[in-house]
Amino acid sequence: MDFSIVLDNLPLLFKGLGLTLQLLIISLVLGFILSIPLAIMAASKLKWARIPAKIFIYVFRGTPLLIQIFIIYYGFSQFEWLRESPLWIIFKEAYWCAIIAFALNTAAYTAEIFRGAFLQTPKGEIEAAVAYGMSRWDQYRHIIFPSAFRRSIPMYGNEVIFMLHATVLAGVITLVDLFGAAKILNSRYYAPFESFISVGLFYLTITFTIVFIFKLLEGHFLKHLKR
Amino acid sequence: MNEIFGGYLPMILKGMVLTVEVALLSLLLALILGILAASARLYGGPISKTIAGVYTTVIRGIPDLVLMMLIFFGGQVLVNKVGDKFGWEYIDIDPFVAGILTIGFIFGAYMGETFRGAIMAVSKGEIEAGHAYGMTGFQVFTHITFPGMIRHAIPGFFNNWLVLVKTTALVSVIGLEDMVFNAKIAGDTLRQPFTFYMIVGALFLLITAVSDLGMKWLERRYKLGGH
Repeated sequence: MDFSIVLDNLPLLFKGLGLTLQLLIISLVLGFILSIPLAIMAASKLKWARIPAKIFIYVFRGTPLLIQIFIIYYGFSQFEWLRESPLWIIFKEAYWCAIIAFALNTAAYTAEIFRGAFLQTPKGEIEAAVAYGMSRWDQYRHIIFPSAFRRSIPMYGNEVIFMLHATVLAGVITLVDLFGAAKILNSRYYAPFESFISVGLFYLTITFTIVFIFKLLEGHFLKHLKR
Repeated sequence: MNEIFGGYLPMILKGMVLTVEVALLSLLLALILGILAASARLYGGPISKTIAGVYTTVIRGIPDLVLMMLIFFGGQVLVNKVGDKFGWEYIDIDPFVAGILTIGFIFGAYMGETFRGAIMAVSKGEIEAGHAYGMTGFQVFTHITFPGMIRHAIPGFFNNWLVLVKTTALVSVIGLEDMVFNAKIAGDTLRQPFTFYMIVGALFLLITAVSDLGMKWLERRYKLGGH
């Protein structure tokens, strides 16, 4: 094995790392924002709110992300009206298609985490809020959100790692993220071990960093649960 | 029906059979590796404990597609090198085998963690009671630990299986003609990529729904006397 290939191409790998982190952060932020209304709807007692949210969550969690990204990037080009609309600026770019697919996907998984956490809120707390005359929104803002988000931290940490690993699919639709960079190295030098082991180490390092950050968050926000 | 999809429906269904085959064979490998990893972590000496620990951590820290590429392309290089030494004919690494090895290897790590948790969840009192009745260690395992463990392992096992099924979509990236691969061919030929990816997405949901029924049955089967 000749790891000088890797050293010579470090700029390519670091550029890939940059894109991977960028895709990860943008889709996590968008997905998080989208997941909150989704989770509220999915936890709702109202049928017309609950059912669409549940279908969205079921479909996005039940199908491979690869299919979702293919539908958005390759599939949408089937529709002429879309190709002729101004929206095409977004849908013709692999970059935006990847972000849309990742954001919708993580929104579904995150909504499911939050839905579970919302429903776990002790009844007494909500009864107390009602007794205080809080509106439904005030109940969410002051009672349900603070405790539910805390409870969700460990599960959300897993979701972030899952999303990091999912970003490799950007490399499948021609983008040069970390995985795309490894593919380029492999095809240029026919060096599968050097290319894929080195990006594997990159991913491992990011994974450990995420685990570490979430341990800190848990230590801070879930201190009351520690013994 | 055939008319509508330009005669490509049988090809998609053939791909689906391959998808299910890959999934089931990977599951089998994952179960074997999972049991080995769990026993190593629970009952093994320091060396096997470390190996199992490294295995589960590394696998869960690196994206599945990176590992798949490493095994597919790396395996090819390795086989060629060994083949050169012994003067073999050129051997092609089969994407079917590479896919199953990778997916089985990855989910072995997840299954290992599920089984470890499940074995630890079997109450000590039950095991002690078994020994008190004069059962041998083997009898305690087959009559008490194993059935007890299965009950605790079902939810985690099922979850792993659902993720595994979706992961099989990745074998299309290394050229295996599963339903995703065939959908791409059909979609490109008929210029209807959206239609065919939607069909494949629906078929994945079908597999999920059937698995759901299977899990309900398993849960009922192992619920004996539980709550």
